[in-house]
Amino acid sequence: MILSPNTRKTLKALETPTEKKGKGSTNSIWRQPLAIVGLTIIGVWVFVAVFAPWVAPYDPYSQEFDKFIPPSAEHWMGTDELNRDILSRVIYGARISLPYSILLVVLSTIIGTIVGGVSGFFGGRVDATLMRITDMFFAFPGIILAMAVAAALGPEIRNAVIAITIVAWPVYARLVRGLILNSKSSDYVTASSLLGSSSIRTLFVDLRPNISGPVFVLMALEVGTALLLLSGLSFLGLGATPPSAEWGAMVSMGAVNFDRWWVGLFPGIAILTAVLAFNFIGDTLRDALDPRTAKALRD
Amino acid sequence: MKPVPVLTPVTKTLFTGTGLTPFIIRRLLTAVVLILGITFIAFSVTQLVPGDPVAANLGQSAYSDPDIVAAFKAEYGLDQPVHIQYITYVGNLLQGNLGISLSSKRPVAEDLREFFPATLEIALVAVFVALVLGVILGTISAMTRDRLPDQIIRVFSLTGVSMPVFWTALTAFYIFFFVLGWAPGTGRLEPGAEPPPQVTGMYTVDALLDGDFATASQAVSYLLLPALVLAVFALGVITRFTRASVLEILGNDYVRTARSKGLPERVVIRRHVLRPALLAIITIAGVAFASLLAGSVLIENVFSWPGLGQYAYKSAVGLDLPGIMGVSMIVATVFIFMNLLVDVLYRVIDPQMKDSK
Amino acid sequence: MTLLNVSDLTVTLATSTGDADAVRNLSFSLDGGEILGIAGESGSGKTMTALSIMGLLPYKGKASGSINFDGKEVLGSSKKKYQHMRGKEISMIFQDPMTSLHPMLTVQTQLTEHMRYHDKMSKSAARESALKLLDTVKIPDPASALRAHPSQFSGGMRQRIAIAMALACEPKLLIADEPTTALDVTVQAGILRLLHQIRDERNLSIMIITHDLGVLSSLTDKILIMYAGSEVESGPARELLSNPRHPYSQGLIAALPGASREGKFLTSIDGMPPELGNFPSGCAFHPRCGFAEDRCSVPPIDATVVSKGHRIYCPVNPFAHDRVEQS
Ligand SMILES: Nc1ncnc2c1ncn2[C@@H]1O[C@H](COP(=O)(O)OP(=O)(O)O)[C@@H](O)[C@H]1O
Ligand code: SF4
Ligand SMILES: [Mg+2]
Repeated sequence: MILSPNTRKTLKALETPTEKKGKGSTNSIWRQPLAIVGLTIIGVWVFVAVFAPWVAPYDPYSQEFDKFIPPSAEHWMGTDELNRDILSRVIYGARISLPYSILLVVLSTIIGTIVGGVSGFFGGRVDATLMRITDMFFAFPGIILAMAVAAALGPEIRNAVIAITIVAWPVYARLVRGLILNSKSSDYVTASSLLGSSSIRTLFVDLRPNISGPVFVLMALEVGTALLLLSGLSFLGLGATPPSAEWGAMVSMGAVNFDRWWVGLFPGIAILTAVLAFNFIGDTLRDALDPRTAKALRD
Repeated sequence: MKPVPVLTPVTKTLFTGTGLTPFIIRRLLTAVVLILGITFIAFSVTQLVPGDPVAANLGQSAYSDPDIVAAFKAEYGLDQPVHIQYITYVGNLLQGNLGISLSSKRPVAEDLREFFPATLEIALVAVFVALVLGVILGTISAMTRDRLPDQIIRVFSLTGVSMPVFWTALTAFYIFFFVLGWAPGTGRLEPGAEPPPQVTGMYTVDALLDGDFATASQAVSYLLLPALVLAVFALGVITRFTRASVLEILGNDYVRTARSKGLPERVVIRRHVLRPALLAIITIAGVAFASLLAGSVLIENVFSWPGLGQYAYKSAVGLDLPGIMGVSMIVATVFIFMNLLVDVLYRVIDPQMKDSK
Repeated sequence: MTLLNVSDLTVTLATSTGDADAVRNLSFSLDGGEILGIAGESGSGKTMTALSIMGLLPYKGKASGSINFDGKEVLGSSKKKYQHMRGKEISMIFQDPMTSLHPMLTVQTQLTEHMRYHDKMSKSAARESALKLLDTVKIPDPASALRAHPSQFSGGMRQRIAIAMALACEPKLLIADEPTTALDVTVQAGILRLLHQIRDERNLSIMIITHDLGVLSSLTDKILIMYAGSEVESGPARELLSNPRHPYSQGLIAALPGASREGKFLTSIDGMPPELGNFPSGCAFHPRCGFAEDRCSVPPIDATVVSKGHRIYCPVNPFAHDRVEQS
């Protein structure tokens, strides 16, 4: 996967030790306007997803209307080619896109943390080999590999999640490795190994708080990317397939009937708002973590 | 502090000792290893997941005929054990042979020569537009840090990176083609128009080389919309990155020195800040460029743009391993060489840098 | 004639825990042709004092009080006014010559750009003038030095170039912020000698900042000692160095190599200077002071005049008698 420049910057920022960053700054993040807007939007989408049956005006799969009704009082977002109410489908779509994007991020985090943890902890040849492999994934155009895997596994949202996970984990691996290497040299790991705690214990217990914070920020930033990739694969027909109310797949129906603007517009806005919300939060978190914006030029 | 000779000619620092040439050679070798690694990843990942390229490429009836299936497998070497297939592939690759595409039945190299320039053309325009606008917006953003213009630009660029590019393409096409009629439509030229004789494969360039200005301007009018759609994402990225780089450089001692000399702010920014920032920004633009090449897969079908993306899509759906590897390698090569180029630039422009690396 | 008069200067900076005053109610003045030394441990607000004169405080930094330069109030000037003043009326050289010169611009560009801007010089006139400056600061082979980049020079040479840059537009005041701290001991003396010589030749005022009092002894006319953003003692250089009256100054001076260790002088100061935002109340030095009494932590701590132009901020004044008897 070609590392997005934002992600690179983040990795750099996240890896820098956080000792000086006071507690005060982390708490005040949630008072930043962009973070509030982001949280609100996500709150709305979560609510909509959980209470979809009550929020949605119609059954998302029911084909009881006329086709291509433009937005109107009965159908705020109009109806599609197969006579379905688009608003209801967008609402139910939140039940697919959000959980699967988060699942995708969690899976990538688990794999990345294991690989990065092993690499950083054991060092030496293990580290060199694993990082060489990670480098290769970084140079790899992720979406193309994801497309190939998704195509091989067959078009289904679960397969798309697997496909993207295969290309998404290296970011986490690199971060976790960097963090472990940083903490390894810090005093308190030396202190705890002097006190005789076992190495594995050091890895999982003592280092956890140092690692979980930055990893969490990266996850927040990557949910947006995950959602974009996932809906992208569905748009190409390699993820969720009809009649599933997945946002990317719905946009692709809009591409077929592009003169009926409402068919593709609204699901696209749904993707945009959800991704934007996560990016608002992620960006604010990153700025708080990295007030002096690192010495990236020389890195 | 280590003693530094009072005066060393620039050339001496550059070409002796841990000079540039050995550096480039080392990096080129690494690049070759990386690219081989990429073929290995593509190969093993696609082998690990189930999926039958034969079924994907033969029709229903042909697939039920064992003879045709056997012939197909034999033709593309699919009857060999996996490791033999890979070794054969790498062997051919080292001789410059990318193999035959299962889906187009043509040599992959030939396919790439046809499709890559089309994508290259829009990606270059996109990156250029994004770079120019992004550097301007990012600099304004940094200079008005935390004030209104900065906030507006921040929201604007975050929106840029949050837009699903396939939806942007669709919406832009609807507005500029269907509603406003400004964009000429899909494809690279008017239906039936004769493409210019192929030199680079980029129609604009080829038409200009041919002296055919009518075709060149037609090509430009067709590529503008897809290029601008691609530029949206890169613009967001470059703007954010420029802001961060400029802010970081603004914090450097030498900027304080420049200000202490009473230079007007625009001179400080242009001469003392943007110059060093530009290298970092170009790095990011290079990375963004490589990801645009791959990302164009999501917009090319909207614009019926016969480029690398559409080819990648067809290869993926056809489980066409040589095709997939061809595309992956060309994108990865661009990515790796962008990085190499920038690293070389760093060393040429600022010999100091290598000490601190 | 007073060239610079700073009164009641307070500098407020934004820190991660909120705003904090890095410089507190500082007052001093400097006459034309005079050299003032400002000393204090690292973090005592010396650089912020200098930057507030230049109008170059870091992001979100604010200065209040009054800074009068050459008869005009400077604080709160417009951007334009500051621009015209910087480099032309007041110039500054910084602590670390390895980072304070631009790595990608030639010496010529960095040496002439402000001459061309302030004095509207032609390129060739600026170049001529730059050659002379390099000669003044004793850079060998000025012509080829102009073509070079800073990275091609040693630290001491770079600091000389920085001094040349600062002198380019013939300012009335030169602020040197720890000009020798980053340099080897052997190189330090040369730079100090150069500064002294420049003062004599050009009759300009110099404000030299340091955390090493040894640097000041041979150079300055007046000395101001700071602790935690406030003045603790100021006075004529010779008198202050030979007869420091504030326990903190005494500690600093006693810690100098070669200082006499007799009497009740502290030989070193225990503990660390306080962090910005956590300055102790009253006399900020009281947690580290061997003579502290209860009243030391109760503000305000007023100035005590020791002799003409020599004052301390310490009501306890523990050595007053010893010193008087000795002298
Ligand atoms: N940009 C900044 N933001 C916040 N605090 C700063 C900044 N720069 C310096 N400080 C703090 O201001 C205080 C005074 O710094 P400074 O004037 O540089 O001290 P000195 O020059 O005497 O060593 C120090 O505590 C320092 O940590
Ligand atoms: S005021 Fe008190 S604490 Fe401060 S220097 Fe004097 S004796 Fe020490
Ligand atoms: Mg300082």
